[in-house]
Amino acid sequence: MYTLSDYLQQSFVIKALIVGVLTALCSSLLGVTLVLKRFSFIGDGLSHVAFGAMAIAAVCKVSNNMIIVLPLTMISAILLLRTGQNTKIKGDAAIAMISVGALAFGYLLMNVFKASPNLSGDVCTTLFGSTSILTLQDWEVWLCIALSIVVVVVFVLFYHKIFAVTFDENFARAAGTNVNAYNLLIAVVIAVIIVLAMNLVGSLLISALVIFPALSAMRVFGSFRSVTICSAILSVLCAFSGMITSILAGTPVGSTIVAVDVAVFVVCSLIGVAKRGAVK
Amino acid sequence: MALLSAEKLDLGYEGQTIVKGLDFSVNAGDYLCIVGENGAGKSTLMKTLLGLTPPMGGKVVLGDDLKRSEIAYLPQQTIVQKDFPASVREIVLSGCQSRAGLRPFYNKEEKQLAAENMERMGITDLAKRCYRDLSGGQQQRVLLARALCAARKLLLLDEPVSGLDPRVTLEMYELIEQLNQEGITVIMISHDIDAAVQYATHVLHVGKHIFFGTREEYLKSDAGRYFVSLEKEETTGGAQ
Repeated sequence: MYTLSDYLQQSFVIKALIVGVLTALCSSLLGVTLVLKRFSFIGDGLSHVAFGAMAIAAVCKVSNNMIIVLPLTMISAILLLRTGQNTKIKGDAAIAMISVGALAFGYLLMNVFKASPNLSGDVCTTLFGSTSILTLQDWEVWLCIALSIVVVVVFVLFYHKIFAVTFDENFARAAGTNVNAYNLLIAVVIAVIIVLAMNLVGSLLISALVIFPALSAMRVFGSFRSVTICSAILSVLCAFSGMITSILAGTPVGSTIVAVDVAVFVVCSLIGVAKRGAVK
Repeated sequence: MALLSAEKLDLGYEGQTIVKGLDFSVNAGDYLCIVGENGAGKSTLMKTLLGLTPPMGGKVVLGDDLKRSEIAYLPQQTIVQKDFPASVREIVLSGCQSRAGLRPFYNKEEKQLAAENMERMGITDLAKRCYRDLSGGQQQRVLLARALCAARKLLLLDEPVSGLDPRVTLEMYELIEQLNQEGITVIMISHDIDAAVQYATHVLHVGKHIFFGTREEYLKSDAGRYFVSLEKEETTGGAQ
């Protein structure tokens, strides 16, 4: 029987924890904006695109699939957030379309060009991210750290603009703020986050990582800043405790983290109800 | 020279023209009320004046060194805002976004400006409250304070009293009148013709008959008389 400290001496566990915590931090930052802009499902849509892109990478036998996955996901993110505003296909329909299309296309590719004998195992891993987080290479950890720093710095620098654009796009536009540029920035950052998060929870559960901390924080707090800070803290705590639990109990990493997120959401909802009751 | 004028302006969106050949001008200190039926193109006109929608023809001319980013705007509330977790102070401060430009954080002067405008709108004590917990009237004051942070010369209001109860509506109109007397030029879209003829110095009527002139001229005009009487009938009809 291994104890927690035995596990913590293993370098793969440390790597997984670093990547997990950073990914959770990044994904929670833009969660508030995405939930409020009614783009909760963008995580889902984009991660399915990333799944499709991974299938393409596997078929082409590209050694480093990031080269294909990251640009494709970014392009889809830009297209999705652009269509949100003024097109015939509205935001939710566009996301559904791209998401399901990419999922089907990816699975089809994997099936037609079988890359490995255990196809359903491969698909399951990509969808639920069960093992990739435990087999991280050093460079992947460094890439994750670098991208996380970029995401956090960009978010802090543009925090007020992101708030302005989220709260009232028309006012921001009238005030001369370049709304399209900021929407583009949000799209690119969210694509980076999705690709990062695929290692952790797999492409089916990414939405949970993006929206649950934000929704939980919104139950309890009433200002944009406290909601953002709270959702970042909640997300990191949930990811950390979820990963520790999954290591000790031998449960799948992704779904354990999401289960913790759901539990925290329920607690926060209760606190929110109690708080509002107290005010009245 | 006029602060803002429209020359042979055609309005519309998605290739369809709604209003043709609009000519009017607004001088510093005016209070212009834009009235007309639903779908007559009032909101489109507002968006065109702000540069959010390009005109289908003609042009909008800004005079007196007025820059587009110096026009304050009070938009109609969106669904997103109804449950937005933001404090009053954060929202008012976001009115300074064009002053801040590319600088990532607000400086002391901008924070001071936000504080002054909250004081002016009587919402200082609400500064830390959450926007979604406020009443409709309080929310409008918050958005008005934000608009005032953006600019002080010209204020564009899009249906500022929709959804407010009569008492709060009156307060809102008085607040706007007070701002106008302090020297801010006001352009307001309204359903409420009674209010238009009571507070405005000029009236622009868009729709089948286009009318532009002072309030006195509007009351004497055919279009004005017709719509004012129509309004009266509706209110008395509703009371019976």
